[in-house]
Amino acid sequence: MKISTIQYKRCDLVKVVGRIDGHTAPDLEKAFAEIINGDKSGIVFDMAEVDFISSRGLWVLLETQKACKKKQGKLALANVPEDMLESLDLAGVKHFVEIYTDVAAAVGSF
Amino acid sequence: MPTRTFPGRFRCLPEIGDFVTRIARQAGLDSAQVYAVQLAVDEACTNIIEHGYGDEGRGEIVCSCDSTDEGITIMIKDWGQRFDPHGIPEPDYDIPLDELRPRGAGVFLMNKLMDEVAFEFDSVEGNTLTMKKRR
Repeated sequence: MKISTIQYKRCDLVKVVGRIDGHTAPDLEKAFAEIINGDKSGIVFDMAEVDFISSRGLWVLLETQKACKKKQGKLALANVPEDMLESLDLAGVKHFVEIYTDVAAAVGSF
Repeated sequence: MPTRTFPGRFRCLPEIGDFVTRIARQAGLDSAQVYAVQLAVDEACTNIIEHGYGDEGRGEIVCSCDSTDEGITIMIKDWGQRFDPHGIPEPDYDIPLDELRPRGAGVFLMNKLMDEVAFEFDSVEGNTLTMKKRR
């Protein structure tokens, strides 16, 4: 799993390439925590090149949303692969996190 | 039935995923169904490592997959602690986000994503999880 971050004015854009599972989810959690512990509380997570995300990874998204909301910010998702939408729904992510069709729309929501 | 044995370690999860994905594709499942199978198996194996064995490197996971007339059947065997799959509550999302806890998310996903999920616990022969996904 590769993680990259781009800083925008109102939010940071995090992109992952690869699998998010029990082995790699802690690294993603750390990347999000570094942003929230800094001076930002807005994160766009670009999932275009995420091959797989397990419940552990979905839980990282929910915990990150909790932390962002505490700082009056939010986490927003972009480019969620079609096959993953059902699991995002079942795990509650669709209920608590905004999902945008592309990065421009997600960044524009801040 | 094609069978592979994996060490109970998180780093083996991608390999287990590749093994079941290959057979799910051969069984003619569509892309969303293949993803559902991959996710259910990953959740099952993560639970075995984390809760059944209690940590990494404490036991093996034996995974068998078969392409059937209906779709795919997967059997996962381990020798860890048993648990009560019926004692896990369904998640409720009509609560404030702050009150949400991750308990039982893996088993909940397995039950929702697969057409059949059956647990058999045996302290001598080992535990067997059988899951089926129809086309």
